[in-house]
Amino acid sequence: MNEAILMSASADKIDFMIHGLYKLNVFGQEVWITTSHVCIAIVMMVLVIFAIVANRKLAKATEVPDTFQNLLELVVELLDGIVESNMGSHAKVFANYICTIFAFILFSNISGLFGLRPPTADYGTTFALGIITFVLIHVTKWKNQSFKTIWTDMCSPLPPWFPLWLPINLISEIAVPISLSLRLFANVLSGTVMMALVYGLLAKIAYAWPAVLHIYFDLFSGAIQTYVFCMLTMTYITQSYGDAE
Amino acid sequence: MGITGQDLILACSAIGAGLAVIAGIGPGIGQGIAAGYGASAVGRNPGAQGKIMSTMLLGQAVAETTGLYGLLVAMLLLFVKPLVG
Repeated sequence: MNEAILMSASADKIDFMIHGLYKLNVFGQEVWITTSHVCIAIVMMVLVIFAIVANRKLAKATEVPDTFQNLLELVVELLDGIVESNMGSHAKVFANYICTIFAFILFSNISGLFGLRPPTADYGTTFALGIITFVLIHVTKWKNQSFKTIWTDMCSPLPPWFPLWLPINLISEIAVPISLSLRLFANVLSGTVMMALVYGLLAKIAYAWPAVLHIYFDLFSGAIQTYVFCMLTMTYITQSYGDAE
Repeated sequence: MGITGQDLILACSAIGAGLAVIAGIGPGIGQGIAAGYGASAVGRNPGAQGKIMSTMLLGQAVAETTGLYGLLVAMLLLFVKPLVG
């Protein structure tokens, strides 16, 4: 397989689709290893190597931090501050998870800058993230609220003995992971498609100035969407604690 | 010069995709309103700029979702071609 297939912006043709690389056979089902898998593996590798290097560094942390240690402390304090200001007393439980998905989504979104097809422009990736959020919301909810509270909440505008609004509330619960994942997916996909169109249709004059578009679509939009995804996840989880405490 | 049924469906899909991205008008207005109120809030209380900024961006991102649904419908019509046989 040639490596050029990984590129989101090849100059000779418009190409932003996901391509299958290898076909596996699992219990009689066709399963494809696609470019998304490869790009996720690359992103994960970068993150894991960064984590190992950072861990080595912090194991022999000094009283007066040097540049790299300073940077690490800055990043961790920033992320912890975001989680702390949104989740209050529950921040300790979820800080690790939120910071992990923050790093993963951010690196996935800006991987378009390095010529990869962003893994978050694949609905499979974002839907998996949405499902994780959904499960977290409901585990937290059933752990911290009684059945009666949840039932009353589900029949919300009407009294609990008259569950006419129950189906509508159930649908709005199911809509949470779908809208979360579609928002991230569509934002990153639109950036990918537009960059592919610029490079494909204006290939003759696409020198230097597409960098401006890269800054907007990959860096700005990617960072905003990462922030929004983490923010909404935190908001939903905090809500699901109820007002018992 | 025969126009087959498939050609007609493809042409109509293209028109439909164009109509679907009209959905972008709504989020444009909504985000503009959010940004306007954000600016006036910062003008009244410059100390709370960080908090206003993050609330504004969150609201704008949620408002953007409906426009993105329109974009998704357009993309499905153009590239996945669900109506072609």
